[in-house]
Amino acid sequence: MFILILVTAALLVSLLFNSLGAFSLYRFPDVYTRLHGATKCTTFGTIFIAFAVVFYAVGRLLESGEPRFRVLIVHALVAMMVLLITNATGAHAIARASHRSGLMPARAVVDRLDESRKGGGSL
Amino acid sequence: MTVHIMWFAAAVMGILAVAVLGRLVSGPTVPDRAVALDTLNTLVVGIMLLLSVAHDSVVMVDVAIVYAALSFVGTMFIARYIEGEV
Repeated sequence: MFILILVTAALLVSLLFNSLGAFSLYRFPDVYTRLHGATKCTTFGTIFIAFAVVFYAVGRLLESGEPRFRVLIVHALVAMMVLLITNATGAHAIARASHRSGLMPARAVVDRLDESRKGGGSL
Repeated sequence: MTVHIMWFAAAVMGILAVAVLGRLVSGPTVPDRAVALDTLNTLVVGIMLLLSVAHDSVVMVDVAIVYAALSFVGTMFIARYIEGEV
């Protein structure tokens, strides 16, 4: 019962944050803010899905003692670590590429990063 | 009981993935579509984790790990392409 409450709470948090991430793709005006909202919220939500799977596996392991639930715990944690590394790096690559391809944020007037890179001066 | 909750959460995640497809189709610029694709990949990894519990198969988690790594490679290549170096 305690495990069921833990799994349900983790899944509710994950569904809330994943919904916010999908919603932010439609409510934000340009690519940088969309990247910010979508990447942060879906990463956090999917981490909590991995936590829900780990809680479920811990419950089944305590209940039955089958060794394949130990494998499930370790592999869910590995999937969570892979997501943590790849999502942050991919978002950074997309933001860098869209700035270098000349895309400006919505309602932006100056681009200090571009001026600094071209002029070679200090920020 | 827990398996039913996992099925429900996987269904909601599937609805969210379909919602993200709208931005993937109608994004005004190419980086917008790349962001939508990245979000979709993360959601699919979450769905795979949920379905591994729902179908009671541990192998599905390994598929999710490989999918996450390969989608990362795809995102990096799209970013290189947008940057104009490929």
